[in-house]
Amino acid sequence: MSTPPSPPSKPADDETTTADRPAQDLRRQVYDSPKEKLIEYALGACALVSVLTTLGIAAVLVIESIPFFQTVALTEFFGDTQWTPQFSEKHFGIWALLAGTLLVTVISAVVALPVGLASAIFISEYASKWVRKVLKPSLELLAGVPTVVYGYFALTFVTPLLQTVVPGLGVYNALSAGIVVGIMIIPMVASLSEDALQAVPDSLSQAAYALGATKYETVVRVNVPAAFSGIMASFILAVSRAIGETMIVTLAAGATPKATLDPTQSIQTMTAFIVQVSKGDTPQGTIVYQSIFAVGLVLFLITLALNIFANRITLHYQEEY
Amino acid sequence: MHALPAPRSSTRAFIPRTSMEPSEDGSFQTHRSRRKRIGIALAGILFLATIFGVVVLVTLLVDVVTSGTPWLDGRFITSFPSRNPGEAGIKSALFGSLWLMGLTALISVPLGVASAVYLEEYARDGWFLRLIQINIANLAGVPSVVYGILGLALFVRFAALGQSLLAGALTLSLLILPIIIISTQEALRSIPSGIRENAYALGATRWQVIWSHVLPMAAPGIFTGVILALSRAIGETAPLILIGALTFVPFLPRGALDQFTALPIQIFNWTARPQSEFEGLAAAAIVVLMILLFTMNLTAILLRNYFEERRAGS
Repeated sequence: MSTPPSPPSKPADDETTTADRPAQDLRRQVYDSPKEKLIEYALGACALVSVLTTLGIAAVLVIESIPFFQTVALTEFFGDTQWTPQFSEKHFGIWALLAGTLLVTVISAVVALPVGLASAIFISEYASKWVRKVLKPSLELLAGVPTVVYGYFALTFVTPLLQTVVPGLGVYNALSAGIVVGIMIIPMVASLSEDALQAVPDSLSQAAYALGATKYETVVRVNVPAAFSGIMASFILAVSRAIGETMIVTLAAGATPKATLDPTQSIQTMTAFIVQVSKGDTPQGTIVYQSIFAVGLVLFLITLALNIFANRITLHYQEEY
Repeated sequence: MHALPAPRSSTRAFIPRTSMEPSEDGSFQTHRSRRKRIGIALAGILFLATIFGVVVLVTLLVDVVTSGTPWLDGRFITSFPSRNPGEAGIKSALFGSLWLMGLTALISVPLGVASAVYLEEYARDGWFLRLIQINIANLAGVPSVVYGILGLALFVRFAALGQSLLAGALTLSLLILPIIIISTQEALRSIPSGIRENAYALGATRWQVIWSHVLPMAAPGIFTGVILALSRAIGETAPLILIGALTFVPFLPRGALDQFTALPIQIFNWTARPQSEFEGLAAAAIVVLMILLFTMNLTAILLRNYFEERRAGS
């Protein structure tokens, strides 16, 4: 390699003399000129915004809930089962809101996990190229429907429909909200599980076929178990999404916090409580206003724990093949 | 010579039971017709489950369009909200949403693309990069109502922006930032490294390589991600309620510091009212919002398909 690279045909910049200098100088010019460094730092600062966002969320939630926990003891917060901040006799037992959230989440999981996984298996293993081309975009459109629209759908379509089947079902109930939250997270389960199924190497299913297995035996006993960790991760992420869902439960599940597991009852979730307080004219500095930060903190910690757990599973599974 | 990877325990536990087992008299039965029937039944069940989502989507659209059409006319688009359902319209909500989307794009797109360029093209592998990546993945899973709390404390109160368009746009920008970063990173990763090496070989600086070669080639992918992220932002309701977007706004915003309402807020407000006329108004507003959204989503999907095919062809 005797011939040095010829200099570029004079770009507008100041790089014309670099060709005959030693490589170190070239490197300094290309990477370490003040302009290049400045650009690198500016881009790095932009990347830091995402870290600052996380820190900001954590700081706001912790700092703003301190006044709340100075008034309400942790023992009451986690010990009481009633949540009545608007009443004259105030109770702040988070279990009432947690139970509502749990109820809606369980119902949504019962709807979304089997349907989502089945859709993923069908799209990944059964559908022809043409069918995939139709199904995947329509699932994406389903995922793009705003949650307030799902809330409208739950209240004005699903609830009246359920009322014809379930006698005595109120206008606001956990069942309708839970089902619609489930419908909302189907695309998420389907798309993430499909990615997991696609990542299973062909050699595994070919080995199963070679042993004489039929298609369904291969899919059910080889592909799905092999993608199990990815599928689990998709389930956890979807459940976390259901826990954080706000507008559907605000519109369709009601505003009566109670620790019940009866899906026909009107309940309130953590998210719906936060919206209820902030859309009213609750004055700043009152205990009710402070309580939304405490509830937000609990909500953030739960979803964060689930997301971290799911991401760990995904990382583990990426190393598998 | 490396042996084939050992099957994972879960897989191994399943295979031996798979199909052909000796029957009681020792003869070898394959039960082919029964296994075929089970296979067909399973395929049918899977198909029905997949179609379920499509059926719900169609039902939702038909329901909204049939309830909304009677209310949907020119007056509906050009009128301000009103207590009288016959006179109510979405003018201020539509303008509010367009303002929000414009401001959000102005803030989040440069920030998100710059972050992704740093992570893909500059940052060296190490704990810092891993920390940011894990952080972004987790941010994408934070409930939108929590972003609303952040916006309320940080932008509305601490920065004293009040219940303004700018406070809303900043909140929505933080919300969609992870989506933009992740999709931009994917777009950058799909550019072959040969492009960069060629440019370096001709003496280009790092920034010249990125600005005049990598970014233009990744532009379609970045653009697709941005459209999808913005379509998420335009439908968000909870963060806007948290930062205090108004429900009754009989004026148009004239600047980024004005108070505002938005389509999702208007839909929420009308849906929550008990009178059935407002249900029709909500449906009509949903139709407008969905037309906006579907146009954006379809553009993104078509764009992606077009470029995927072009890349596969070349």
